[in-house]
Amino acid sequence: MVSLKVNGQAHSVDVDDDTPLLWAIRDNLGLTGTKFGCGVAQCGACTVYVDGQPVRSCVTPVSAVGDSEITTIEGLSGKEAEAVQASWTKLDVPQCGYCQSGQVMSAIALLKENRKPSDRDIDLAMNGNLCRCATYVRIRAAIHDAARALEI
Amino acid sequence: MTAHDPNLSRRSLLKGAGALVIGLHLPLAARAQSGAASAFRPGGNATFAPNAFIRVAPDSTVTVLIKHIEFGQGPFTGLATLAAEEMDADWGQMRSEHAPADVKLYANLAFGAQGTGGSTAIANSWEQMRKAGAAARAMLVQAAAEAWKVPAAEIKVDAGVISHASGKQGRFGDFAEAASKLPVPENPQLKPASAYKLIGKEGAVKRLDSFDKARGRTQFTIDIHAPNMLTVVVARPPRFGGKVGSFDASNALKIKGVVDVKQIGSGVAVYATGMWPALKGREALKVTWDESEAEKRGSKELIAEYRKLAREPGLVAGAHGDAEAALAKADKVIEAEFIFPYLAHAPMEPLDGYLEWDGEKALARFGSQFQTTEHQTIATILGLPLEKVRLETMLAGGSFGRRAQVSQHLAAELAMAAKAIGPNRPVKVVWTREDDLTGGYYRPLFVHRLRGAVKDGKIIAWANHIVGQSFFLGTPFEAMVVKNGLDATMVEGANEIFYEVADFRCDVHSPKVGVPTLWWRSVGHTHTGYAVECFVDELLQAAGQDPLQGRLAMMGDKHPRAAAVLKAVGEMANWKGPGPVDGRARGVAVVESFDSFVAQIAEVSMGQDGEPRVHKVWCAVDCGVAVNPDIIRAQMEGGIGFGLGHALYGEITLDAGKPVQTNFDSYRSLRIHEMPEVEVRIMPSTEKPTGVGEPGVPPIGPAVANALAALGHGRPRQLPVKGGTV
Repeated sequence: MVSLKVNGQAHSVDVDDDTPLLWAIRDNLGLTGTKFGCGVAQCGACTVYVDGQPVRSCVTPVSAVGDSEITTIEGLSGKEAEAVQASWTKLDVPQCGYCQSGQVMSAIALLKENRKPSDRDIDLAMNGNLCRCATYVRIRAAIHDAARALEI
Repeated sequence: MTAHDPNLSRRSLLKGAGALVIGLHLPLAARAQSGAASAFRPGGNATFAPNAFIRVAPDSTVTVLIKHIEFGQGPFTGLATLAAEEMDADWGQMRSEHAPADVKLYANLAFGAQGTGGSTAIANSWEQMRKAGAAARAMLVQAAAEAWKVPAAEIKVDAGVISHASGKQGRFGDFAEAASKLPVPENPQLKPASAYKLIGKEGAVKRLDSFDKARGRTQFTIDIHAPNMLTVVVARPPRFGGKVGSFDASNALKIKGVVDVKQIGSGVAVYATGMWPALKGREALKVTWDESEAEKRGSKELIAEYRKLAREPGLVAGAHGDAEAALAKADKVIEAEFIFPYLAHAPMEPLDGYLEWDGEKALARFGSQFQTTEHQTIATILGLPLEKVRLETMLAGGSFGRRAQVSQHLAAELAMAAKAIGPNRPVKVVWTREDDLTGGYYRPLFVHRLRGAVKDGKIIAWANHIVGQSFFLGTPFEAMVVKNGLDATMVEGANEIFYEVADFRCDVHSPKVGVPTLWWRSVGHTHTGYAVECFVDELLQAAGQDPLQGRLAMMGDKHPRAAAVLKAVGEMANWKGPGPVDGRARGVAVVESFDSFVAQIAEVSMGQDGEPRVHKVWCAVDCGVAVNPDIIRAQMEGGIGFGLGHALYGEITLDAGKPVQTNFDSYRSLRIHEMPEVEVRIMPSTEKPTGVGEPGVPPIGPAVANALAALGHGRPRQLPVKGGTV
């Protein structure tokens, strides 16, 4: 049994230590907003926060998490999250939408660290998140839009 | 590893070691699409169902049943726009759901079967969905007229409000029940375009699926859970055409969470309580593969064979004059050979499917792109009559052609996996990214050998020999596209070109190769667009002509829509020739695909790392009436990114028959810092709407290649531009 603290709630999950956090979250806790895209930390669809830091849950064994606070897209809150998700909707960023949980998680993490990111900052923060629909033009625009909204 | 590691993209592979997951399934909300189900269920909340497409609930929400699968290209929004326009609905009251599999009600009018592809969703629904909306409106108006005892002609509908000059007004829901008792008008009158309030109006319509997708709430197939459900992964042959010789499951069965192992048609299926034990079980399997009939040629061998074939006359796909004679007489023959690799579609959600059955009836839920044939395949394998099998289409995480399966292999695998474990054990088959990239159904490898001649500033001769696999020959779909042995999808865009050339020939060879191939976003145009638009540029350069003006001159007045997008994109980019200026050059290309015309200009420089950097792309598109301008823009942006990523980096290489690239670390995909700025102009038009999902793709590769030539690097003869990295 492994203890996990997800979205503020403590869970006891009957998995071995080296189970990737992704599958514990999805298959055991039923939180499916976090997506599987590659399994090797190349696409970012599985991004969650561990103690506020974005992490690829597909290569993070549950044993590495300890008693850290895990946040999934279902547990988001705060100004940055509201601004990013509002901008994502306003600019109709998603196409197929499958990678967008991870995109949104990375974008919020960026804005928490950097309230006025440049294009270069966005490149650095977001280049681990693949979008095969190539919604990148709008992802960039939505991050700038959210940053503007946060200024007000 | 944090997500903010800037070097994350192509290295640092941290594999979690194996472990077990014991299924502890929490109860989950059953169906993301319960709305669709209830709309069909007697006693569901929709009280007015005038036709197969429109459901009006007492709360006035209008749910449009969408016969096309939504995986990004926007049919949920587009088809709802058509219905809402004619209903005079308020956009806020509109909802979309997938229609169930039912060929009688939901056939694609371009195919005669239910299915999505060829960028046809809006085109084939244009009249059908507007009529569905107009019929609903007429009935609601009639119901109001009867209730208010006023003539129907005096009633107005605006933004979902039905009103009469007497001051009476109500919403759709108020009249839904009464309307449901009225006869359905057979030929309701459609609005003139001048009266449109939603169609073609900027900002009038937002995507219906954005909100949930930005919040992780959209349910995809991979997210389905059901009591007692097993997750299934399948060990498939490492080479195409291989078969299971024998297998030993004893170690796999020792893994906690692995429930069973069965041989099925596509390989060896591992059934487990979750994805992780399923993967561990598959790793522990010992399978001996029978490769006696497997394809063992690699990309290198195939390219050598194809190049040889390109020097022999093939099946003529288009000809006028005598190209060979003209080339023989020419002072100078310009020759170019272009080689295109196998490409994977790699949708972000790998293939998956859910199926439950009790021996008598079945429910399949997955991102079905060809509902009619997949429905039949599942029923046939389970030995059930069609009406005992329900197929629910799920929102899918991309397709790019991958889910439009000529071979039906996913539906078949899903049904075989369910059948092998027996009734009352729901299964969810999931492919990993490795399964996806090594699993075939690629855009076929192609070789184009082109020869041309110029005289007095004009192109006088053109010969193109095309070699590649047909994914239609020998399939049940053959009759659709193959005529006299010629697969039209192999030569589209190459056997007829915009440019007037006196002596012209295009021929084709379709060698048999044991690698499963499939259409891939924009199909034949993925290679013909590149070959034709690079070669015309090269010939114009030899003829001393400007790439843009030279193209226009050769079009004459025969291709007004192509000429118009070309002129428009030149205007947008303030075209003054290819350059370079300050290290940046520009290339142009124009392609007609799926009845739409797209011209693009790419501004490119060469990076210090030897990689092209595409800074900006201007794009002009003529797709007839622009139903949803912002979705058209999004499809051009996405099409450009998709096309660019593959032209620059994408390749599946076969080494002695085995795919070399296995995940996104080696199948390099465009990332945000590689995405150019994109400016789109949509041409005003009164023509019927045509495709937008695919036509953004073909011009970007040649536009970039032509810019690279202006930079002095030549037009890349083999794609991807940065290939051979694995």
